[in-house]
Amino acid sequence: MIKLQAVTKAYGRTAHALDDVSIHVGKGEMVFLTGASGAGKTTVLRLVHMQTKPTKGEVRVSRFSSSRIRRRELPELRRRVGFVFQDFRLLESLSAAENVAFALECTGTPRAKTGPRVQKLLAQVGLAARARSYPRELSGGEQQRVAIARALATEPLVLLADEPTGNLDDRAATGVFSLFRRINASGTTLVMATHDAELIRRNPDVRVIELEDGAVVFDSASGASS
Amino acid sequence: MRSVREAVAGFGRAPLLGGLSVGSIAVSLFIVGLFAVAGHNVDRALSGVESRVEVVAYVRDAVDEELVGLAVAEMEAYPEVDHVTYVSKVEALYRASQELTEFSDVFSDLEVNPLPASLVVQLAEGSRTPADAERVAERIEGYDFVEEVRYGREWVDRLYRLRRIVGGGALLLGGSFAIGAVLLIGIAVRMAILARRREISIMKTVGATESYIRRPFLVEGLLTGLLGGLLAALLTYGAYRIVDRALLPLEWVPEWWVAVGLVFAALLGMAAATRAVRRELRRIDVY
Repeated sequence: MIKLQAVTKAYGRTAHALDDVSIHVGKGEMVFLTGASGAGKTTVLRLVHMQTKPTKGEVRVSRFSSSRIRRRELPELRRRVGFVFQDFRLLESLSAAENVAFALECTGTPRAKTGPRVQKLLAQVGLAARARSYPRELSGGEQQRVAIARALATEPLVLLADEPTGNLDDRAATGVFSLFRRINASGTTLVMATHDAELIRRNPDVRVIELEDGAVVFDSASGASS
Repeated sequence: MRSVREAVAGFGRAPLLGGLSVGSIAVSLFIVGLFAVAGHNVDRALSGVESRVEVVAYVRDAVDEELVGLAVAEMEAYPEVDHVTYVSKVEALYRASQELTEFSDVFSDLEVNPLPASLVVQLAEGSRTPADAERVAERIEGYDFVEEVRYGREWVDRLYRLRRIVGGGALLLGGSFAIGAVLLIGIAVRMAILARRREISIMKTVGATESYIRRPFLVEGLLTGLLGGLLAALLTYGAYRIVDRALLPLEWVPEWWVAVGLVFAALLGMAAATRAVRRELRRIDVY
């Protein structure tokens, strides 16, 4: 599903965000991407979402390849790869339902189908009762759930989450994580960047890839550390 | 529909800048409009003048009239010539005394008729330009019996020059204001994009197409142009009415000119927006 093949991402001549990284994530897999700040977690997610291109190597997501993808194909890729941010990125002037509907409308869902679909998505994240609430009226955990519902609107094959529990208290974080578990159980490949060691410890069945200074230093799938 | 709604909302967000953009397009097209009215009326004057463009060849005294008659037949065969009229010395004196009544005493006291006979060459329709008149004049000058040829060159040339100046002026002044308008619309659209930066970034994240993101801004540019064009048409019409009533009678430009102006204004607005959108949207990505 996701393949990074000998990927190097450089900024300028000397600064390397990633250096010769190879990662393979299979269909339906769930992965923790961990490491200290600046280790390269966000860069991996951005490469998979094709917001940036590798300096060397190749990133493949489903049938898309970083070396061949055209600008006009990006929307199609992005509909298959959902993205959840640490800071939720909701539109403050729109209600929870409208935030989710926004994603549906701007990806061409007919208006008649939007309403029922939004209700279903909000129910899926446990927020059916808060559909009319605005982001400022929701807790951090609830806002993140709205953001997840929005990311699921296009029925992505892959969900990328960049420190999704980083701004949440333990209870909210646990709730959001169990939601991710359910999403993954339904077949969606999930890659979650986190430096929450406790969360990783509590979920030993989830594959862990650790980055340090732009290189993979541990991958629980191979059991290897370098 | 969404594009129009959002474009109108865009105006609401920055009414001053939107107003300035509309105003600058209106000013540039108002100038073009004024020149268009002037140009149209100069054209009318020119077509009136053209129908009167004629070449007059003065004939030396004591020339064989039969020879002149043959030459007239030759001249009438020129493609640029409609017909040629021979005005004899006597007729010339008669016409002069009729037209210049204040000199009738002088004419009646003359012992010798000083006026020459002439050939008045009327040009065919489509050949009443300074260039054609000059060509015919040059050919007629070749006849031995012709003393001098005149065709009112100076003022025909002057009118044509005025026409060119009007056209050039419209292009230059209107063009420079149009460039200003394009820049202002560009700024307005850029501001609108910045105001919606977060929204656009989310659109890109969830996979909205570029054209979906661009459309409202292009519609905003188009509406700005169209409003500016309408305002310019109103201003031009107002100015035309004032001059027509108070200074000199004018004719309003053909309606299709106004329609072309409006379409041009709308396209100008959209082109300005396209340029700004293309540049600005690339700068906004998901992060």
